[in-house]
Parts: sequence; C-alpha cells; structure tokens
Amino acid sequence: MIDGDPLSRVLYIDLTSRDFWVEDKTELFEKYLGGSGVASNLLLQESPIGVDPLSPENPIIITVGPLCGVFPLASKAVAMFKSPLTGNLGESHAGGRSAVAIRLAGYGAIVVRGASNIPVYLSIQGERVYFRDASAIWGMGSSYTVGRVIREREPGSGLRSIMRIGRAGERLISYACVITETYRHFGRLGLGAVFGSKRLKAIMIAGDRRLKVKDPKSYREAYREIFESVTKSPSMKKYHELGTSMNVNVLNESKSLPTRNLLKTSFEGGEEISGENFAANYLGRRVACSHCPVSCIHLAALREPYTSDPYFYKTSMISYDYELIYALGSMLEVSDPRSLLRLLDEVEIQGLDAISTGVTLAWATEAQEKGLVSENEVGMRLRWGDVENYLEAIRMIVKQPNDFYKALARGVEYASTIYGGKDFALAYGGNEMPGYHTGPACHLGFITGARHSHLDSAGYSIDQRTYTSKIEQPIEETVNQLFEEESWRQILSSLVICYFARGNYTPDFIAKALTILGYNLNQEELRRLGGEILKLKNRFKFREGFKIENLRIPRRILETETPHGRLDEDKLRRGIKLYYSKILE
Amino acid sequence: MSGRVIGRISVRDVNLCVGCQCCMFACSRRFGDAGLGRSAIHVGSAGGVERGFIVYVCRGCPDPPCMKVCPTDALVKRPHGGVILERSRCIGCGSCVEACTLRAIFWDREKNKPIICVHCGICVSHCPYGVLKIEPTMVDER
Repeated sequence: MIDGDPLSRVLYIDLTSRDFWVEDKTELFEKYLGGSGVASNLLLQESPIGVDPLSPENPIIITVGPLCGVFPLASKAVAMFKSPLTGNLGESHAGGRSAVAIRLAGYGAIVVRGASNIPVYLSIQGERVYFRDASAIWGMGSSYTVGRVIREREPGSGLRSIMRIGRAGERLISYACVITETYRHFGRLGLGAVFGSKRLKAIMIAGDRRLKVKDPKSYREAYREIFESVTKSPSMKKYHELGTSMNVNVLNESKSLPTRNLLKTSFEGGEEISGENFAANYLGRRVACSHCPVSCIHLAALREPYTSDPYFYKTSMISYDYELIYALGSMLEVSDPRSLLRLLDEVEIQGLDAISTGVTLAWATEAQEKGLVSENEVGMRLRWGDVENYLEAIRMIVKQPNDFYKALARGVEYASTIYGGKDFALAYGGNEMPGYHTGPACHLGFITGARHSHLDSAGYSIDQRTYTSKIEQPIEETVNQLFEEESWRQILSSLVICYFARGNYTPDFIAKALTILGYNLNQEELRRLGGEILKLKNRFKFREGFKIENLRIPRRILETETPHGRLDEDKLRRGIKLYYSKILE
Repeated sequence: MSGRVIGRISVRDVNLCVGCQCCMFACSRRFGDAGLGRSAIHVGSAGGVERGFIVYVCRGCPDPPCMKVCPTDALVKRPHGGVILERSRCIGCGSCVEACTLRAIFWDREKNKPIICVHCGICVSHCPYGVLKIEPTMVDER
C-alpha cells in the first residue's frame, strides 16, 4: 500500500475504560487488503475462544478497504463479531455513508471493546472520540427519531455515518440490526444486539480526507473506465431501474418464490408486491450510497390518514428491496402493498433484521396452525396475510412479554427447539433462510456459506442458469462453482466492493486498481488470497464449535418442489461433504 | 469579436439528486487525489435522506459577498460571475466562508485556504442524473 495511507490505522475504543487509541497495522492491510480479510484476522485475535456473544468481551470490528473513497461502488463497511443468533461467525455488510466516512476519517478499521455501564453513543471526529451520554435516547420508540436527534447534535452533514440501533438492539433480540443512514443496514446475524449488550446506542463518524494515489494519470484513466462501466453497463440496469425487487416477478414466475413458509413457491398476490407495481404506484425517491452512481435504494412513499382527525395525513418514506418483500410479503402471504410497507416500516422502527423477522413470523403462524403453540401463548390468532396481527407480533417480539415471544426473539432455530416444528423452521446454521427456492445450488450455498446467507456464494444464480439451459449438472460441479464464487467474493468484500458491481470489477480491473493504491498482486494471487480468507472465516467457525454433522437441512425444503424438481437429501449431504473437504484442504 | 467561452455551474433540479456524491469525488480528483479533501461542491441531506438532498455549490454571484469581505483582496472578480482565488495573497482567515450566503465555500484543512469553485464542469460530467448544468457564457476579451 501507499506510504502514509491512513488505511493501516486501526481505531480501538474501549467502552469499559472510556479510552481510545490508534494502532498501525500496515502488515495486516498489506497482506489482507481490508474488509473481510482484515476483519477475519482481527476477529480471531480479539474474540476470546468460546466468548458469550452478548458479553463485553465480544468485540465489534468494522473495516473498510483500499479502494473505498478512491473508486465508485467500493463503499461497503464490513462488520465482524460473534453472532448472538447463531453463536458463531457474525459478518454483515452495510452501505450508506458508513464505509466512506470511516475511510475518510482516516481509519481502516474500528474495534470496539468492553461495555459501558450507562447508555452511550460515540462521536468520532478526526483524531478524537467523544463518549456521549445516550440515556435520553435509550428506549426511544422509533429508530427514525434516534437518527434525527443525533443528526441535529453532531457535525458533518453529508460526510458522516450514524450507525444506530433501535429498541430491538437494546432489548437484545438475536436478530436486531444496526441501521445506517436510515435505509441501509448491518442487517443480518444480530450486530444490533451486540451494540445493545454494550449499551452502545450509536456510532457517529465523519470524515473528508484527501487520499493519495500512486500515479494520478493512471488513476484518472482507471476511474474513467470503471465509472463508464458502472453507469453504462447492462448488468447494472436491474439495480438502477426497478432495484432488487425486480426479482419478485422473476422468482414468482419460475415457481421459486418461497411463499407461506415455503409450503408454496408461487404467490397469487405476487404481482401486487412486485418491483414493477411498487415502481409504478409507490416509488417516491431513489437514493444512493456514498460514491455510487447506481442509486439502487428505492423508497416508497406511503400516505396514510390519521383516524383521530380528518384531513391529517402522514407520508412515510419506506425502503423496499427483494429480500424484505419475500420475508414479510410472500412468506406471510401479504399481498397488499400498503400493508406490506407498514410491516417494513415497523421492522425499521424497531431495528430488526427483516429476513429473520419474516421467517420467524412465518414459522410462528404455521406452528399455531398446527397447534404447537396456543392462542394464549401467542396472544392472538396469527393468520396468513393478517397484517394487523403481524404488526402487533413484531412489537411483541421486541417487548418479549412471555416465554413464547422470548423464544421468537431468538429466531426459528431456537423457537423450534422449544416448541417443535423443526421440519418447517427455515434456518441454516441458525440463520433464517433468504428468499430463494431455485434448486439445489441455492440451498447448498445457504448451508455451506460462511454466513449461511444468499450473499456468500449466490447459488440461486447457478440454479437459474442451469434451469434456463435445462442442465442438471453434477453436484461436484455445483460445489466447485460455489466454492470459487465464495472464495472470489472474499476479495470483493475485502476491497469492500458492492457485490452488485461484481461484473464490473473484473479480476483484471481489480489488479490494476490495486496497483494505483500501491499494491502488487496479480489475479492468481488474488484468487489464492480469496480462498485463504474464506478458510480463515471457517477457522473461526470451527474454533467456536461449528460441526459439519450438526448442519440441519429443514425437511420443508425437500418436500416443496423447486424448478429443478424435488431436492435429494443424499445429494445435498454429498455436496456438503465435498464443500467442507475443500474448506479443510 | 474575439473571446472565449467560460462556464457557470448551476443546479438544474435538486429533486433529481440521489446523494451519490460522485460530483464531490470528481471535484477532488481534479488535483489527482482521491477522497474528498479538495471538493468545491458538497451534497448533504435535507434533514435525513428521506427528505432529499441539498447541493452546495458556487453560483457565481455577479457581485460576490465573499470577495467584498476578503481583507487581502485575494478573491478577484471572475468575468461573468464568481471569484478567482489569488492563493499567494490569501492569509486563510476564513472570512469568505462566513460571508457566502449559500455556504458554498469549503476549507482545505491541509493548506488552510478556501476551496473556491472554478466552474470547470467536472462535477456536471459526473452527475448521472442531470442535477447540475453548466451554462456557457461568452467572455469578450477585446
């Protein structure tokens, strides 16, 4: 890397002793670039073996990478921690202004240790970290208000990120998220609860530094090349126009949209909650992450009357994306777009992960239908499509008034251990399932991915490709493709490049861009490094008690047909074995 | 008539702004640097991104308030609006920043000097949504 690049500076903040300091980690950033690569190393160092995810000893690590602030679409921040949801690797990526603010404040990583005895939020301005009293905003009803209060009190408009939790994080819901710039999230695996356990309400960071490059002329040329590519390429059109919600119709038509807790794969109300319908009737504004010309963030404008007084209305701007529509729409058979927006809004207000919340509610609905839980325990009759009850249930998950909601607050894996219904508890490695039932590759990817997320190895795209071309490829080939993809994605996430730009940031371009930042890595070395980082992440998992034989395949995914037909458990098991033989190589 | 064309930047429609800040990065890049340390244009939210954005950029005032308060005459009137910074005269007092009604003068903390828009139009060419425009004006140099 370039001499004097502030990327190598790691900001340590100890909430217990209210202290902070900077350590230089040039070697670490030289070898592992940043993002996931650096975070995996820091996690292995910082996190004591067997640490309780909600104890002060569980660190919060947030990293960025060298291309951030230099090239467009390299604006993701990577958070690592031990997950309170899975009891293992916690990794979540967020956009907004988070990554650019950290990078231009002059840091490559932030490590938060310890826990505060009173609620605090952190204000990071240049070299200083201010510990601010957050007592007045702790317990506040809406996460929107928390953002507004901090925005008014702190400097750096346009150059800052305010990463905050809602009540769900404070009350340690295992899948509470951290919200950045209102509409982007460290969504998955419960970073919000880790914040909450430390009584950390928010981290505000602002920065507008200048960054040096090695050769300004080749920098300008490379910039022009990637800027042209991301603004003009057809691969970006999907995110740019309808956004990720374009997937609703695509998956619904191919019978791979998980519906009614995956009892079905297509939804009669699909058209109503499709990206096309949202764009035509609700899209109110599009916004972008910092340094990204694509603007994939779609905000719906929902105008609602007040029942208390005529001629009073409120208009809320609510962010929608594919996974949210799947989890709180088709999974719960909610087909009215306005009602669905209210569910999305409630999840945002409380600060929950939308996927886990929707999948948990879908399980709860079926469990109640099957008589596994009583109306007394649930406090209502959950019914598919009944939005008022779902809204109330979301609030109850956060309030946790009884054992049932306490169990729901820990996700479907846990709840089904207590109440039964494992067969239809859709989670992998303890993480609720994302919205794809496209075939064997997507599920194999959820099972084997380090985070058990659709973003690990994107198996759905293999399924979609093989389905379109009517190929039933051998599981060995699928495993190879998933492994290659997950390995390469470690490079993207170490450079904090948005996965949406994976087609634009070719290995060739990445190698060239890295030269401008003073790195010297060829494509072959990059690929090898990707594999190494993936193995590091898995090293953490095995250290923390992960066992291949404990991986549960929910019965439901085998019973409900995919576009590739019914899934064969033996074949999946063989795939798992093969995948881990590569990981453990 | 002899003359040359110079431009003046203006905001065409702020409602088209998505807050991507590509204009800011482009402006900083003029000097070959990455990051945002030298940007003469700024985009911030209008009280949360749900309310949209505010673009802070020099509109090239015909009678610039910033120029009038400069104690060392470091800001010189630019033909057809705006100012040019005579760097050697500038003592870095920051009065111009205070005086700008539009809050469109920024600060180079490394050099302790104001960052003044030169209306080059690089921000315009990096705005994918047509938020900004550059209006060419002919300067008579006779």
